Amino acid sequence: MSLLEIKEATLKFGGVVAVNNLSLSVEEGEVYAIVGPNGAGKSTVFNLISRFYQPFSGSITFDGQNLLDRAPDQVADLGIARTFQNIELFDHATVLQNLLVGRHRHRKTSLVEELFFAPRVRREEIAHREAVEEVVDFLDLQPYRDKMIAGLPYGVRKVVELGRALATGPKLLLLDEPASGLSVEETQDMRWWIDDIRKQMGITVLMVEHDMGLVSSVSDRVLALADGAKLAEGTPAEVQADPAVIEAYLGVGAV
Amino acid sequence: MEVLQLLVSGLANGCVYGLIALGFVLIYKATEAVNFAQGDFMMLGAFVTLGLTNAEHMNLPFWVAAPLAILVMAVLGYLLDFFVLRRLFGQSQTAVVILTIALGFVIRFVAGVIWGHEPQTLESPLSIGDINIGGVVLGMADVAVIVVTVLLTLFLYQFFQRTKLGLAMQAASQNQMAAYYMGIPVKRVQGLIWGLSGATAAIAGILFASKGAIDPNAGLLGIKAFAAAVIGGFGSLPGALVGGLIVGVIEPFASRYFAAGYSQIAPYVLLLLVLVFRPNGLFSQVRVKKV
Repeated sequence: MSLLEIKEATLKFGGVVAVNNLSLSVEEGEVYAIVGPNGAGKSTVFNLISRFYQPFSGSITFDGQNLLDRAPDQVADLGIARTFQNIELFDHATVLQNLLVGRHRHRKTSLVEELFFAPRVRREEIAHREAVEEVVDFLDLQPYRDKMIAGLPYGVRKVVELGRALATGPKLLLLDEPASGLSVEETQDMRWWIDDIRKQMGITVLMVEHDMGLVSSVSDRVLALADGAKLAEGTPAEVQADPAVIEAYLGVGAV
Repeated sequence: MEVLQLLVSGLANGCVYGLIALGFVLIYKATEAVNFAQGDFMMLGAFVTLGLTNAEHMNLPFWVAAPLAILVMAVLGYLLDFFVLRRLFGQSQTAVVILTIALGFVIRFVAGVIWGHEPQTLESPLSIGDINIGGVVLGMADVAVIVVTVLLTLFLYQFFQRTKLGLAMQAASQNQMAAYYMGIPVKRVQGLIWGLSGATAAIAGILFASKGAIDPNAGLLGIKAFAAAVIGGFGSLPGALVGGLIVGVIEPFASRYFAAGYSQIAPYVLLLLVLVFRPNGLFSQVRVKKV
């Protein structure tokens, strides 16, 4: 059984068909990339999975459960974490605080215990801090631990957002353009991290990305999307060689 | 001795301002909106208590009526968010500001229709008796106001620092989308904070009414409390309390040592000074963004 399965999903905004009868399945342990020209519906697919949009028809299941039954705030509890194309962090909080919010779904103590800062709460806080410190070490965020997000450079914020997603302890990680706006070296780091996230942490990764260099070096399978519909699917090399993909990117007659 | 007396009665008044200011800050912390009906919430909380406990109304014992009124106001705050404010989810701050100003008018009018426009007194055990500490005379109500305010501030501070719900409220205020995907039910959390602020307003109302008469226009006190919240630094709970205390203390001293009208002006003069020299307030938690 696939970890994530989208079957014949369709989403329309008025007369515009954003996602057209799209089916895809992501297997446990793989890195699956979605590519396609601007406006192809890549981010829309992410927003369907995060329950920001309700599909017009079709089904989405995750880990055998019907995802469409869940509200947006229940998606994290299933073990799905995501990053955003334009970085959505808590700007007036420190890096550490942002990562700790990632632990939100794991807090099990009651309001009264928390108000009195009971021993159980203390033990839990320490455990959460340890989990977050592992993420800090993994992503080399040590120098920024207590810095406010609002003052950090773009590249660092991008990494913090990845860290916050990891801190939730996900089974599936959705990365929306992880390399956009990053320098060559930062993109290189991102590549190692995605590799390690899959290999060391055993987290399945679904990403949307324009940088074909990054896509072909980390992904097992690639889906090319155009006008909300599947154009081609396969290994990075297969998809890049597909005539329909070349046509969608470069126009008719370019081959 | 006279100075001490002025200081103590100023502090007691200031606590009421501080409690209303806490309501402002609560809503602001959780939704980044300002609830200009906060003062009217306070007035309504006082009248609900009065309606439950006064002999000519329902005549319940005060210690039953007070928690009941707090509960009623909490539920009212939640429902107000559920039925009215949630419709503005994602709209600009201006829409919320205008809506809450309008709500204030509605509450004032409704209270006037139900309980009349004449000043009334709450039959409160807190308003009976004085305490004399070394020549400084303190009304029971003043003592109660100070004690309750300190306890409530400590509770709220701990609530926002330590509890899952309190932290979720802060996260939801800073970035709704990110909060959703961290597993925070943003709309419900915002409803709960309106409930919490309703309860705080009820407590402020009960204490205020125990200190003197109450009428439907008492909510206009909210403007002074708003100044207090700004002086303290919008977004800081201890700041709101200290802001309230400063405003409360300035008033009696200004009226004692200057001409009559100055006590009304003094809080706003201070407000202007704070805005000029420390625009983020005395206890600001907002740090300036680097560009």
